[in-house]
Amino acid sequence: MKSRQWIKVVWPVVPILAALLVTSLLLYLFGANPLTAFDAMLQGAFGDQSKTLSVLAFWVPLLLSATGLLVTFTAGLWNIGIEGQIIMGAIAASWVALKLEAPSVVLIPLEILAAMAAGALWAALSAVLKTRGKVHEIFSGLALNNIAIILTNFLISGPWQPPEGGTFRGTEPFQEGALLPLLGESRFSPLSLVLAVVAFSMVVVTLQGTLWGLKLKALGKNLRSAFLLGVSSEREMILAMAFCGALAGLGGAVRVLSWFDSLRQSISGGIGFLALLVVMLANYRVFWIPPISFFFSMVLNGAISLQLRTQLHSSLGGILTELMVLFVILFGDAAKLGIFRKKNEHD
Amino acid sequence: MHIELRDICKYFGPVKANDGISLVFESGRIYGLLGENGAGKSTLMKILSGYQLPDSGEIVIDGQPQRFSSPAEALGRGIGMLYQDPLDIPAFNVKDNYLLGRDRRVILDYKMAREELEEITARFSFELDQQASIENLSLGERQQLELTRLLVGGAQVLILDEPTTGISADQKDKLFNSIRKLAWEEGKTIILVSHKLDEVQELCGEALILRKGKLVGRSEVPCSNEELVEKMFGQVPLRGERPVYEIGAPVLELRDIRIPTYRLTVEDINLTVQAGEIFGLAGLEGSGQQLVLKACAGLVKTDRGRISLVGQDITHWSYQRLRTAGVGYIAAGRLEEGLVAGLSLTEHLVLSQPSHRFFIDWMGARKQIEARIEQYQIVGRPDSNADELSGGNQQRLLFGLLWESLKMILLEHPTRGLDVRSSDWIWEQLYARRQSGTAILFMSSDLDEIIDRSDRIAVFSGGKMSRILEAKKTTVEEVGHLIGGQA
Repeated sequence: MKSRQWIKVVWPVVPILAALLVTSLLLYLFGANPLTAFDAMLQGAFGDQSKTLSVLAFWVPLLLSATGLLVTFTAGLWNIGIEGQIIMGAIAASWVALKLEAPSVVLIPLEILAAMAAGALWAALSAVLKTRGKVHEIFSGLALNNIAIILTNFLISGPWQPPEGGTFRGTEPFQEGALLPLLGESRFSPLSLVLAVVAFSMVVVTLQGTLWGLKLKALGKNLRSAFLLGVSSEREMILAMAFCGALAGLGGAVRVLSWFDSLRQSISGGIGFLALLVVMLANYRVFWIPPISFFFSMVLNGAISLQLRTQLHSSLGGILTELMVLFVILFGDAAKLGIFRKKNEHD
Repeated sequence: MHIELRDICKYFGPVKANDGISLVFESGRIYGLLGENGAGKSTLMKILSGYQLPDSGEIVIDGQPQRFSSPAEALGRGIGMLYQDPLDIPAFNVKDNYLLGRDRRVILDYKMAREELEEITARFSFELDQQASIENLSLGERQQLELTRLLVGGAQVLILDEPTTGISADQKDKLFNSIRKLAWEEGKTIILVSHKLDEVQELCGEALILRKGKLVGRSEVPCSNEELVEKMFGQVPLRGERPVYEIGAPVLELRDIRIPTYRLTVEDINLTVQAGEIFGLAGLEGSGQQLVLKACAGLVKTDRGRISLVGQDITHWSYQRLRTAGVGYIAAGRLEEGLVAGLSLTEHLVLSQPSHRFFIDWMGARKQIEARIEQYQIVGRPDSNADELSGGNQQRLLFGLLWESLKMILLEHPTRGLDVRSSDWIWEQLYARRQSGTAILFMSSDLDEIIDRSDRIAVFSGGKMSRILEAKKTTVEEVGHLIGGQA
């Protein structure tokens, strides 16, 4: 019994090791030394202070999105539309940054509120389409993602085009006061990390100690029974989606206001989809969310300098993370493999 | 075939589901396995049919010790089990379902399937339309299909788990005839798991009685019901006396209600349930009685007529609004419509109670659920998950979650699958509720329950409601005729 419990604790690490192993094998087949490659990645992530800060800066919006997804996953909702919610948040923050002139103390809270509202609305739209229009949130989410991308492209090549002419790459840089205060020369804003930590703690408390959290848990496990027990399924679903959308929108604001300084074509950088993978890896274990998303950020940032040092393409980082998710889905649930015998129901 | 179970033990944590059971089954005989809910019948049969492994003990077939790791392996050795819910695929037709379990080749042999199916259905006078899709079959017909598949698969021992739950009287007769034929003419061993004494008396040659995981008795049947009941429960439980109650003012009134669904339109429903009254709805599954109950709960839309609760028009109220107004509803499917698998008893209590607090008071909730576990005699702990409870305890939990004072309770099959003692207990709770003026409207497919427990009865047949009967003045025959649509 004791050794079993021990296996259970370390089990989440197994897919990570397996993914590392397969990636090593791939590297070996391409004639590269896996150790050199991993060392290059590690150097790329933590080689100097600016690199470490880059990892942190990339981590914050990823953590925000994954935290939001924890809420929708608990409620049994597949919020694939998170990517669009991040983009809408970025657009709303950019709108405030471009159109309003005010001191930072006023401007930054306004940008953040606008971003959260836009993300929440975009997500709520998906939820209403589900409860009222019977459209599955995966399909509405995908459609809304595309609309958000098209809207970005329209804005940066149309109304928000820089005065010197359309480059299709982005708007002109925002006014200095609109940007989040950054640490040194990096793209990392300590304020954004504080917001992410607050959001994460809020979600932990919500899911474990509040009636609303319990309602979402019930909804996610059995919609019909939850309804009959008195949970208003429509209201809670819309709220759960909006909550997640708000956090994703905040993530989008962090992207435009610290990682970049303007609205860009691919503003999200796939963070929404990455956050989905993080949550799947964590599999409802709340406290695994921060380390896993940090690890993802580390691998993806490290992979950039991998290319510079070893001539291996930086998509190796992507391969590594994706493999990890595959392995988790494959044998992440130890019970399914019969390693822990599940308690059977009895007569 | 000679089957011997030797000292079978199966524990689930502290619960001894099977505690050293030894039994012998001979071919050509029909055995009845009796016991109250939680006595260990299902566990024992799951072990015999390869669904579960015992913790200790062995299964010996014709002198050879066996170890089954799957139901397919058990069927390979000649042991097949017919589950309460047939294991078929609803979207398929009969032939495809049959082939799914039968044919192991890449190309399906439809000709062989048709011939085999025809041969067996003719032998047992089953009526199976091979082209029919499973969705359109009744539970009884699906059982016949399953039985056919087990027989073709080579079953020498057939285990039937509560096979008569939810099938018509006619289908039951057919099933019993084919069981007799299988045992007496073809020398197969039949094990009938049941808690219906009459069925065991009618069909079996020997009754084996389990209590608390042990074999506590065996009787040649037919014998007296009292003898079996005494062995099942240790003592003869007294049938709960029906307290007399003076019926009060109307609580629920339905006037000219019409409920259109794509399968069936229920029309011209007029009935009144008074305070403290118990009103029973009888009829075959799907005759409209369930739709009427659900309409009263706000779960099904009516398009004509008026429903009122204590004089107030509630025709288009939502379920949640009716709930707050004092209407309690317990659906038939406990884990589908009522309880959430994976949530604890405490969590269920917190969810179900009217509360506007943002943070959950876990300590308080735990105290409350402990009190209810005690009051409703639920075998479970505050942090047990609802799906870990046995069927009877799940039903007790559902009653424990009902609000304190209710104007009206709506119930679908309140005692389905429960043994005599648990059902009696459930009805005692309901009698206590009526004392405080709660009106009770329930549906059941058990005619005795309808007649014994109700004050008044309405019978549904094909979406039409019969005249209203006084329970004291009616008989099973009269209700039976009305169910068949004869006025």
